[in-house]
Amino acid sequence: MTGRHLLGIAELGAEGIAEMLRLADTFVEVGRRPIPRVPALRGKTVVSAFFEDSTRTRLSFETAAKRLSADVMTFTSSSSSLNKGESLRDTVRNIAAMGADAFVVRHSCAGTPLQVARWLAEEGGASVVNAGDGAHEHPTQALLDCYTVSRERRARFGAVPEGARALEGLHIAIVGDIRHSRVARSDVLAFSALGATVTLVAPPTLLPPSLEGWPVAVSHDIESVLPKCDVAYLLRLQNERMSEQFLPSVHEYTATYGLTASRARLLGPQALVMHPGPVRRGVELAAEVADSPSSVITTQVANGVAVRMAVLFHLLGQGAQVGA
Amino acid sequence: MVDATGTRRADVLVKGDVVAEVSAGGPLARPAGAVVLDAEGAFVAPGLVDLHAHLREPGGEEAETIETGTRAAALGGYTAVVAMPNTSPAASSAAVVRQVLHLARGALCEVQPAGTVTEGRAGRTLANMAEMAAEGARIFTDDGNGVQDAALMRRALEYASALGVVVADHCEEASLAANGCMNEGALSSLLGLPGRPAVSEEVMVLRDLALARLTGARLHLLHLSTAASVAAVVAARAAGARVTAEVTPHHLALEDELVKGYDPVFKVNPPLRAASDRRALVAALADGALDAVATDHAPHPPEAKQVSFCDAAPGMLGLETAFGVVAGLGLPLQRVLAVMSWQPAAIAGLAPAHGGPVVPGAPANLCVLDPGRRWVVRGAALASRSRNTPYEGRELVGRARHTLFRGEPVVVAEEAQR
Repeated sequence: MTGRHLLGIAELGAEGIAEMLRLADTFVEVGRRPIPRVPALRGKTVVSAFFEDSTRTRLSFETAAKRLSADVMTFTSSSSSLNKGESLRDTVRNIAAMGADAFVVRHSCAGTPLQVARWLAEEGGASVVNAGDGAHEHPTQALLDCYTVSRERRARFGAVPEGARALEGLHIAIVGDIRHSRVARSDVLAFSALGATVTLVAPPTLLPPSLEGWPVAVSHDIESVLPKCDVAYLLRLQNERMSEQFLPSVHEYTATYGLTASRARLLGPQALVMHPGPVRRGVELAAEVADSPSSVITTQVANGVAVRMAVLFHLLGQGAQVGA
Repeated sequence: MVDATGTRRADVLVKGDVVAEVSAGGPLARPAGAVVLDAEGAFVAPGLVDLHAHLREPGGEEAETIETGTRAAALGGYTAVVAMPNTSPAASSAAVVRQVLHLARGALCEVQPAGTVTEGRAGRTLANMAEMAAEGARIFTDDGNGVQDAALMRRALEYASALGVVVADHCEEASLAANGCMNEGALSSLLGLPGRPAVSEEVMVLRDLALARLTGARLHLLHLSTAASVAAVVAARAAGARVTAEVTPHHLALEDELVKGYDPVFKVNPPLRAASDRRALVAALADGALDAVATDHAPHPPEAKQVSFCDAAPGMLGLETAFGVVAGLGLPLQRVLAVMSWQPAAIAGLAPAHGGPVVPGAPANLCVLDPGRRWVVRGAALASRSRNTPYEGRELVGRARHTLFRGEPVVVAEEAQR
């Protein structure tokens, strides 16, 4: 990560990902302390600017910032002046005027974090972290996913390569609504940058209009993909997809693409089951699979805080020590 | 001098609001007190005619007014523009058409109001086309929306055919275009922006062409943006359809790659397309498949563009840059003027007062174009009330030097005179 922003995995590259994973190790350790807080970003202000509803990601970022001793300003669209006709640029300019070192931006439209970064460049240049933009990218989710795969495989199976190299040669299936998923785009970029082979499993209506240039294979048959998977990554299915005519019914989706208990038996003994949350139990993932030993879904959430600490520290903590 | 009859070296004398004399070769004697406009290195031509300008008045005065929009037009070399009816209220009645004409008295170019096809642009019932035609409307369109209901479009074509007016459709099938905000394809898939597929335009072009053949009515297709749309027009014309079609400067010059930086200034409907579509449009303009360049000048205030790409208003400025953009395509000047002056004038029923040959007795609606003039576009320096030019910082080659509207030099040496 060379710039002052984290806008996407696309510009981070394999080396940048590896660096973040190394840094995350330090902060996982911090998280285990009785008082999980370090003074690394004391005096810095992190704005959590969520223009789209999110509880989990926002709490994860805010927890990360607080554990680094940063001050946190929270801005959510329901409390925003956007409803009062203010342009997004003016909103950003006004928050920046209060003094902010980083903006964590979530927006329902792709590209907004990049726009915010451009506007901030005219206002003194705070850093921007993309916390999810439309169907574009969710880079910290991809980082925590890579981190989780790496750590879990090492913890469970011992002699695997360390850090980012743990993903080399793995087969990862991403199953579900790829079309509308920023997690899928960031994960495809991150997993493949680290040497994993990615297969997208989805009905054609839930794939992007074009996969030109994507380093992936595509399958419409989950049962043929599961036996060779090291990781089965399930995506959340939104109810709107039926009214938007992408799918006939939840029932049919579960029957054709859900990771049911019987399909889970097709997975190898070392396979991990992942999900970015929130899980719709019984839809994309059976409850007993979500709660099975192969599931690392809650570990993803826990690792998310450490990875976001790593990102904020990297962007704002120049010269600072992680500290005691 | 260049007009539909050819290109030649000549002096032109304007008296009052008409062309008084055109020299045959040698210079004209300069009458005492005459104002001389230098046309050295440039071409005297019939004024440009824009079939498609959003002047925003009434109702959108924060973006543009008829005064600022026609000043921009005059600076671009235009002597006539067709004002799109998607105002507030929409031009669905004689009252609004009269209001636009009233506001345009004293404007820097002629304004021909277009009327809507359907009442309030709602797409449900026919607008009062005859009463608007009686006020001078010649083009009827719901521009901004296509007429989604095929039966209603059929009736509109049939009804309009008796009035001697043209129905012009904004071809985007709404269920396919949906909430798309850029060209659908490899790039939209990577950027995570919802796409507007080329077929959302093409299915409606094909439907409209079939209806034009069925009804025998005149049809004009607005801002075509894809290679397949053009091919469909060519085929339908060969089969007897009475169809004309326009293309915008931005679809001729710009491609969807520009959306990569998520700058809403590049958001427009139909969206900027792939390079292959752009090249096909330029070829179609050169070979006659497309009849006119129309700006789709769409001013928006900064706050409508300083939002997320998805929330931003679609549209870009065009009047002051159109000649420079089209002059840069490498077409012969005669062809450039055909698609920017006399052909659009004929489509809108503005000929020969606009676009007609420069001969004694003709109305003096003229421009002087310098096809070699290099200039850098600065939104802040444009006469439009808005700044949303997609050419900010770009160098264009070609600019209008002078514009005469009804004999009055409204633009002299690239400066508006009022």
